[in-house]
Amino acid sequence: MRELSADDIEALAVGAWILGTGGGGSPYHGLLNMRRLYDEGLRVTLMDPQALADGDDVAVVSYMGAPLVTQERLVDSRMTARSVEVMEEYIGRKFRAVMAIEIGGGNAMQPLMAAAHLKIPVVDADAMGRAYPEAQMTTFAVGDLAPAPLTSIDPRGNEVIVSRAATWKWMERTSRKVCTEFGSIAATCKAPRTGAEVKRWGIPYTTTKAINLGKAVMDANRRHEDPIAAILKAERGKRLLAGKVVEVERRTTEGFLRGRAVLESDGRETIVLDFQNEWTVAWHDGRPLASTPELICVLDSDSGEAIGTEMVRYGQRVTVIVLPSPEIFLTPRGLQNVGPRAFGHDIDFRSVFSS
Amino acid sequence: MKRIGIDVGGTNTDAVLINDGRVDGAVKASTTADVTGGILAAMRALRAQSGDGADVDAVLVGTTHFINAVIQRKQLHKVAAIRIGAPATTALPPFCDWPRDLAHLVDGGIWMIEGGHDYDGRRFMPLNVTQVREAAREIRRRGLAYAAVTAMFSPLDPSDEDAVAAILQEEVPGISVTCSHMLGGIGVLERENAALLNAALIALARDTVKGFEEAMRSSGIDAPLFITQNDGTVAAAAHAVALPVYSFASGPTNSMRGGAYLSSLQEAVVADVGGTTTDFGHLQNGFPRQANTVVHIGGVRTLFRMPDLISIGLGGGSLVDTEKMTIGPQSVGFRLTQEALVFGGTQLTGTDIAVAAGLLDIGERQRVAHLPAALIKGALRRAQAMVEEHVDRIKTAAGGVTLLAVGGGAFLIPDRLEGVDRVIRTEHGGCANAVGAAIAQVSGDVDQVFQDLSRTEAVAKARALADERAVEAGADASTLSLVEAEDIPIAYLPGNALRVRVKVVGDINSRQGSTPNARDVRHQHA
Repeated sequence: MRELSADDIEALAVGAWILGTGGGGSPYHGLLNMRRLYDEGLRVTLMDPQALADGDDVAVVSYMGAPLVTQERLVDSRMTARSVEVMEEYIGRKFRAVMAIEIGGGNAMQPLMAAAHLKIPVVDADAMGRAYPEAQMTTFAVGDLAPAPLTSIDPRGNEVIVSRAATWKWMERTSRKVCTEFGSIAATCKAPRTGAEVKRWGIPYTTTKAINLGKAVMDANRRHEDPIAAILKAERGKRLLAGKVVEVERRTTEGFLRGRAVLESDGRETIVLDFQNEWTVAWHDGRPLASTPELICVLDSDSGEAIGTEMVRYGQRVTVIVLPSPEIFLTPRGLQNVGPRAFGHDIDFRSVFSS
Repeated sequence: MKRIGIDVGGTNTDAVLINDGRVDGAVKASTTADVTGGILAAMRALRAQSGDGADVDAVLVGTTHFINAVIQRKQLHKVAAIRIGAPATTALPPFCDWPRDLAHLVDGGIWMIEGGHDYDGRRFMPLNVTQVREAAREIRRRGLAYAAVTAMFSPLDPSDEDAVAAILQEEVPGISVTCSHMLGGIGVLERENAALLNAALIALARDTVKGFEEAMRSSGIDAPLFITQNDGTVAAAAHAVALPVYSFASGPTNSMRGGAYLSSLQEAVVADVGGTTTDFGHLQNGFPRQANTVVHIGGVRTLFRMPDLISIGLGGGSLVDTEKMTIGPQSVGFRLTQEALVFGGTQLTGTDIAVAAGLLDIGERQRVAHLPAALIKGALRRAQAMVEEHVDRIKTAAGGVTLLAVGGGAFLIPDRLEGVDRVIRTEHGGCANAVGAAIAQVSGDVDQVFQDLSRTEAVAKARALADERAVEAGADASTLSLVEAEDIPIAYLPGNALRVRVKVVGDINSRQGSTPNARDVRHQHA
């Protein structure tokens, strides 16, 4: 158990954006919210998942909704905390701790925001290890854990509990409907997990991983060193290509941002990156080079800052790196939920780290 | 038609006289702290060059004065910040992402009130008029003269901002109100930041424009005054004083527009090389391409419609490091004529290298005769590499481009560059910024949601409104033409809601002059 410093939280925002693998929404608003809470004297502690007792209850939080709406409605730590309180009222027990469902992007900040108000620790773990667009794309779904209940909160005093869902897909559909009615944004507390479940199915130490990534980038920039090299060293990653963006194509279909970016190295080698909110597959000469569930990250070659699929554009100097996937997603069940076929690519997953 | 174009930069005040499209005079003077002095000096020099200005039809001025006030934290006023969107958004109140020193200067109090809309046009909460009235009375008690009003999703439905502005004007006589929907798109914090900065600058804008008018009077010129804006167009001075943030990027914009005019190019990458920096931009249809990302002004995040620019530390005054063989970003700036070697100084600058290489003939050439050939070559090659890299970054597609080199330091740009088909230089390119001001047209913008109309009717209505706004801003109605139009359907809103964006431009109406129309700037006049 350790108290997070203000610097840790700054680094978390940088690292979480990298782990967003092109999506997940910017952590900027959550960071602003946390800065204010720290200025007011509130503090957050980080807890090792191994310190959880099997019978402990852990709250799992995230914001749901459209990034465009977040730009106007913003985030609010009191709403995140409220989603947890409503869950406590419903299940009739107090939570031992709170954790993230998604360490990639803006949702990395959510457990900290709840924890600051509720005075409980944040578990150093999540259920994606990155960002993914849908609720069933988690290790908890891979583990076939219960998808319900879920609480969904709107600031005008509307609170909804989804008490049962037949499958994770049904939970996604039902909770998405509620979210749309609220204005396409809601603070949610997902199905509570026991300490045993978190230890068995959670991805451990991803908060620390994001903080370390962010620190590697910030330290390298401060020392005028190569931030990409620092990231690769910190996370045993692999550099796919350094070059520039020569073509970008985007379309919005079924509520997702889909498209592709073409990158060219200085040696005139090209790779094509497909995305669906997040980067999904990297191609070279029509053959897959890397794919989900491994993390494809596109970074500004100078600053090491992540470049989102919404912001990528011609002429940017970028480096594409691949970071290892959590073990759970490499199982047949895991690949079924988040492998390339879950994103409509009829290819088998092959790790870039196996060769 | 005779027009005088003036660009008031941080270092130099440039002025040109354009007579029926021909540059008849071009001069440079030093900018003075009061702005007026520099303009007076420039006008005197211009008169010496091309006769008296009695028959001038219009004076068009671009200035970096407002953006510099933000950057230097000077001459800013306290603003009442009113946010409409509670109970949402309150965790991140106005000024929450501002640098502390700037917030301290501008924050006159924060009021967060129920109201606002959602993304689909539905109401988020009814506007709490009682809270608005209470806030207005408190603002009056505190003696605040400037307010910024920002409502959730106001770019889609500005009615709450308009209603609050009306109440403020009723309750607080003489208050000047900036509504955020006039200044930006989706992104409540960034749009609010623009509104707050704008409100803080209105007093300075009024004083500055008054100074311009006095300088013109003292110079014996009786012609309407126009101020240039970020998008390369101008607005009548009386109109422009209400929206100073619209003039933030007028320096680089005017250089690009002036370059387009002097070269007759509509499509090109422009490199504007000054004393300390080079700005790279991209001309499309003769106008600068606009950035679609966050723009930081003095440490504040905004989403202005600003030209997409890359600035690097390379210019005529850039210092050359002979050991590392680099040039810039440090510069002698406006002290060039004292500190550069060719002027008898002790600093090795980009200008010295250019003189030594025979690219330029100013100062005393023998003072750089001792520089080794390898050093000259190395420094120029470094400048070339910097230019090549950034030309490539600013262009939007692979392939060669035309590069237009303007500004006083354009000699640093070589004629042959990787990724560039040809380099174009023009006569008077050193005063491209003042030329850009002189030739500017007037625009009218509309970005609004229309309901219960067919697509054709909605676009026509937006066009009519844009025409009306352009005329109010000083355009000649008979010359208006459409330059931008797009319409975006909005789901879930009763009555076929359509968001329409339209922009028209026309020539300035020199007969109307700077007399404002009574309806000039809705809710923004003092």
